[in-house]
Amino acid sequence: MSESEVRVINGNYAAAEAVRLVDVDVIAAYPITPQTPVVEYLSEFIANGELDAEFIHVESEHSAISAVIGASATGVRVFTATASQGLALMHEVLFIASGMRLPIVMAVANRALSAPINIWCDHSDAMAQRDACWIQLYCESNQEILDTIIQAYRIAEHEDVLLPVMVCFDGFTLSHTLEPVEIPPKEKVQEFVGEFEPTHCRLDPEEPMTLGPVGGPDCYMEFKKMQDEAMKEAERVIGEVNREFADEFGRSYGNGLVEEYNTEDADYIVIAMGSVCGTVKHVIDEERPDVGLIRVKSYRPFPGEQIAEIIQDREGVVTIDRAHSYGAMPPLWTDVKAHAPDVEISSTIAGLGGRDIRPEDVLKAIEVAEKGKGTDEPVWINVNA
Amino acid sequence: MGGRKPRLPIPEEELLAPGHRACAGCGSALCVRLCLKALGKNTIVVTSTGCIEVTTTPYPETAWKVPWIHVAFENAAAVASGVERALKALGKDDVTVAVFAGDGGTVDIGFQALSGMVERGHNVVYICYDNEAYMNTGVQRSGATPPYAATTTTPAGKVWRGEMRPKKDVPRIMVDHGVPYVATACVSFPQDLIKKVKKAKKVDGPAYVHVLCPCPPGWGYDSSETIEIGELAVETGMWVLYEVEDGEFRLTYRPKERKPVEEYLKRQKRFQHLTEDEIEEIQRMVDEQWEELEKLAEK
Ligand SMILES: Cc1ncc(C[n+]2csc(CCOP(=O)(O)OP(=O)(O)O)c2C)c(N)n1
Ligand SMILES: [Mg+2]
Repeated sequence: MSESEVRVINGNYAAAEAVRLVDVDVIAAYPITPQTPVVEYLSEFIANGELDAEFIHVESEHSAISAVIGASATGVRVFTATASQGLALMHEVLFIASGMRLPIVMAVANRALSAPINIWCDHSDAMAQRDACWIQLYCESNQEILDTIIQAYRIAEHEDVLLPVMVCFDGFTLSHTLEPVEIPPKEKVQEFVGEFEPTHCRLDPEEPMTLGPVGGPDCYMEFKKMQDEAMKEAERVIGEVNREFADEFGRSYGNGLVEEYNTEDADYIVIAMGSVCGTVKHVIDEERPDVGLIRVKSYRPFPGEQIAEIIQDREGVVTIDRAHSYGAMPPLWTDVKAHAPDVEISSTIAGLGGRDIRPEDVLKAIEVAEKGKGTDEPVWINVNA
Repeated sequence: MGGRKPRLPIPEEELLAPGHRACAGCGSALCVRLCLKALGKNTIVVTSTGCIEVTTTPYPETAWKVPWIHVAFENAAAVASGVERALKALGKDDVTVAVFAGDGGTVDIGFQALSGMVERGHNVVYICYDNEAYMNTGVQRSGATPPYAATTTTPAGKVWRGEMRPKKDVPRIMVDHGVPYVATACVSFPQDLIKKVKKAKKVDGPAYVHVLCPCPPGWGYDSSETIEIGELAVETGMWVLYEVEDGEFRLTYRPKERKPVEEYLKRQKRFQHLTEDEIEEIQRMVDEQWEELEKLAEK
């Protein structure tokens, strides 16, 4: 078997490379900044014979997700990728993908939503799809993008899960930034993901099935309850796949759901997602050994109980949200608080529309927790009054 | 038989089971039933949201004896694109992919997906079952509603006289997209319909068949009259049967003598409000359209 190879690549390339390694059969995607290079890299792979896949040059993201639904239901591995407005355009169909229990994998290069139009990073796009019953995994590095997309197929196709997976990574900060990434040999990835064997859902004249029927008040709730149960199963499966991946490839990301950094004796806990976590770790290392980080890798399913346990008995806890629920509290804070109602948790909003979150901004967020502010109203970091 | 041409036998196998919930006399259900006979068992069907989807698949029942998928209202063509490419990836080249989409799901909200699908050249038989309005939601106008037809969103009153725009000519737009096989049909002419769907199935690439499907509750006539109403649509020239193969136009049925449009209009509630002048105007429009088609056919 050939060896792993370390290459310096950007996050978009890491995503495309993962798709090549998994050897996906049908790809339908539409370009949007900052995801565009994923589509271009994949096109290049196919054009050069490095990936044997069907590429559907769809005329919109709505059709991209619709086409991969059709392909997935026909029994092949599929992939799509998008961001921002593209993800918003898919909104209607995302619920159908999960409702039909199709193991679709999609990369999302997180970007702000219009208006004003803005191509830079925040998490508003994926947060707006929070309740679409897609598993949402957030990455911190380009290596993690590649590894997570490979894992995503195992998670999505697991018989106890059968849900679509969004692999989210911060636009530009990861999508366009070069990092060394270890690329495992294709055979090894193939062995890890195994053959795709569709079970419940397959369009085949040999055994006709009716997919996507009308479900009235007598059965709709049962279907939805099953989806929720599958999400709960996903919590276990994500952990298992993370461990198995560690055994095979020597890398893991916390327990697959959350990653703890310096939490054991920390007085203060920062809870965040995505690439900002690297900055938080830097601040902890350089200036604040009394602070710990919980990096939420799996936002859906949300490992609320685990997080609630970690944040007990601290001097202060603060969330950094890169999205907001206008007129209410931001999403990450709300989810944590729901599982730890007795813990005082401060809320900050930072880095919307690509505003940098610098080490001094992380320090400001920690200060919010120290002062016990932001518990009933989010504190906006680094915003002009 | 007296000098008449022997008719194409209609395949006996039923691939749309009885017991579905479509109205008595539903032209659209008849369309699906006939088209499936032409398409055969080895077919995967994609359907858009609308009457056909809703009436054939009340979970846990289904009327479909072929594999069938419904995803949403506006994306049947995109879903079909994915199915077709997946079959290609699997090396299954003997399976037909067919779409049944309503006029709303085709000429309005699904038009972008349709345009994309045919432009990309997917090997799909796209069948628009045209009942000339959004019937599933209770008879609202679509881009395919004919001029002067009253619907719940184009009611006939003092100011509005029903639908006030011409019917969107999607078959022609499909021809302009370079679709290798485009045809119009009507459920009242089953042999013609089956022949066209069989041709569409043989085409390597996209094929588009636009089928007029009378709708008893939506158009306002007795459910026993569907076939007759469809015949009148064709005999009056309100609906024209033709096909365009690789750009070549051919009328597939020419009424011996076109009947006055009044005979068609008078039979339906949706046209009950028309004045004599308005009927005359429709007659003029039909005459003009027919002249144009004659010229096309002569070319
Ligand atoms: C995005 C979206 N908008 C609106 C609807 C509501 N809707 C469902 S079916 C339908 C009309 C379908 O009309 P058509 O395609 O002509 O099919 P028919 O019901 O007449 O057979 C509408 C408006 C929907 N399901 N999805
Ligand atoms: Mg209709």
